[in-house]
Amino acid sequence: MEAELRKKRIWAFVIVAFLAMVSIGTYAYNEYYIYLSVYLWFGFIYGMCLQYGRFCFSSAFRDLFAVGVPRMAVGVMVATVLFALVSAFVSATGLSTFHAAPTSVHAVIAGFIFGVGMVFAGGCASGSLYKTGEGNGVALLVILSISVTQAWFADVAGWANKLVPDSWHQSAIAKGLPETINAGDGWVDQYLAGYVWDQPVMTYANMMGQSNDSIAGAFFGNVLVGVIIPAALLLLGVYIIWSRRGFLNKRKKTNPQLGFKDDWAGYWSMILASKRTAIAGLILGIFCGLQMFVTQGLRVKFGVQNAGTLLERMGHDFGISVNGTVFDPGYWYVTTQEAQWVGWVFNKMGAENMDNIYFGFVNGIPNPAINPADWMSLALIGGAAVMALLNNEFKFKKPTLELATWAIIGGALMGIGSRLGLGCNVGAFFVRVSQGDVSGWLFGLGMIGGAYIGVKFFNWWTERRMAKEFETCDI
Amino acid sequence: MKFEKVSDGQYLLDVGGYVCPHPQIYTKKALSKINSGDHLKVIFDNPSSGESIATMCDNTGDEIVSRDQESGKFIWDIEKA
Repeated sequence: MEAELRKKRIWAFVIVAFLAMVSIGTYAYNEYYIYLSVYLWFGFIYGMCLQYGRFCFSSAFRDLFAVGVPRMAVGVMVATVLFALVSAFVSATGLSTFHAAPTSVHAVIAGFIFGVGMVFAGGCASGSLYKTGEGNGVALLVILSISVTQAWFADVAGWANKLVPDSWHQSAIAKGLPETINAGDGWVDQYLAGYVWDQPVMTYANMMGQSNDSIAGAFFGNVLVGVIIPAALLLLGVYIIWSRRGFLNKRKKTNPQLGFKDDWAGYWSMILASKRTAIAGLILGIFCGLQMFVTQGLRVKFGVQNAGTLLERMGHDFGISVNGTVFDPGYWYVTTQEAQWVGWVFNKMGAENMDNIYFGFVNGIPNPAINPADWMSLALIGGAAVMALLNNEFKFKKPTLELATWAIIGGALMGIGSRLGLGCNVGAFFVRVSQGDVSGWLFGLGMIGGAYIGVKFFNWWTERRMAKEFETCDI
Repeated sequence: MKFEKVSDGQYLLDVGGYVCPHPQIYTKKALSKINSGDHLKVIFDNPSSGESIATMCDNTGDEIVSRDQESGKFIWDIEKA
């Protein structure tokens, strides 16, 4: 037992040493690599936090509906509020890297598809990354499924063009994008340029007549109105429906006269019920905000707006978009870099996938070895692995046929939901809500609906399987 | 997934290899079937399910009598309230 633990600790050390060597070695080769290392170390911290707090957005809503556990809903709200507060400081100094997304019903539909998928898959996009770090083969399969589905979906044309409304087609062509992109061909291209880009971009600060980078806009509009009040109300609803009765029943045993004070104590008890989750939420929230600050600082230092320029300066010109950009959000993001690495593989296998908006016009498909956001995701897996190894929770798990099926279906739904919603539970929900982007809550609303349907299905599925077992035990 | 009666008042639920939300859903369903005072030994290897099962037991009043862990596998003994 001791020898096994020691071996795991050595592996944890090896991972940290490897990542440190990557950072130091690449920096010695070219100072621009520090930009990629920032992604790497923030990813590493996210991975450690997620594993420590068992922080999975999927369980925030799923466990409420399935087993009445509010732990993760609380954790996600704590992290969101803290991220919002730190981000408000960054926004007010004019150093935010965030751009709000278009708002319309598409965010709800995308969230719904994503929500069903994350329950089927057994974890959200970020949860699957950290669980891969725990040695979970099902989670790895989920990542593969999300990645392949997105890379395919972003470039699907031919028969899919027939499903595009003419108004989208005309609107996409009218945007006058470069000929190499051919915006009138491809379902996602016409969805983006012909529909999504025509929708209004809204933040709570803007709706109240304030700018996002003013102190009033950042703290009052985007944080208080856009995050703190809705999060507190959401948690109040969770407390009343799932937590209140159990808490007050316990209290009644010592004090039969209950009042408002007891409800207040119950609300706080629910928030502090899982210290691990609350601590992880707190650290995640703070570091997510800091990443924006550090990345923007480096952009100013190097005189660039996007990592594409840095890659070109370093002599890497393959896979850069027609605008000279690559995917470089400057904050935590999960799904686009997953689509990119498969997009890069497809391209190397002969696919012409730089003629679409997603890869060719915006994000590019740089070699995964020099893709900043890929450094973040790989380091996130590394950080989770280190935490799992140190706590003796690392275990290689081969997927069974049943779980592999759910993983592939769930991953595919999450992949499609991500592309429709322009992000996943992190990019389209966590980050956008924290920045006061109205579309963030809409995506979340859809995710809640999707999670509810997913749980309904699994309740039916497990009921069937348990019934057979109960029969043999005669209970 | 395996659920069996080990002896009078003692049940075993093995959900090793399963990821969320299966272990917690199976545990909830198993606990709903056994009688008050009965013990359910749950075997699982998905760490995040442990957090959910613990909170679920705290809410319902079921007591986790023992928690053992070896090589990434968790073995919990739950007494139904």
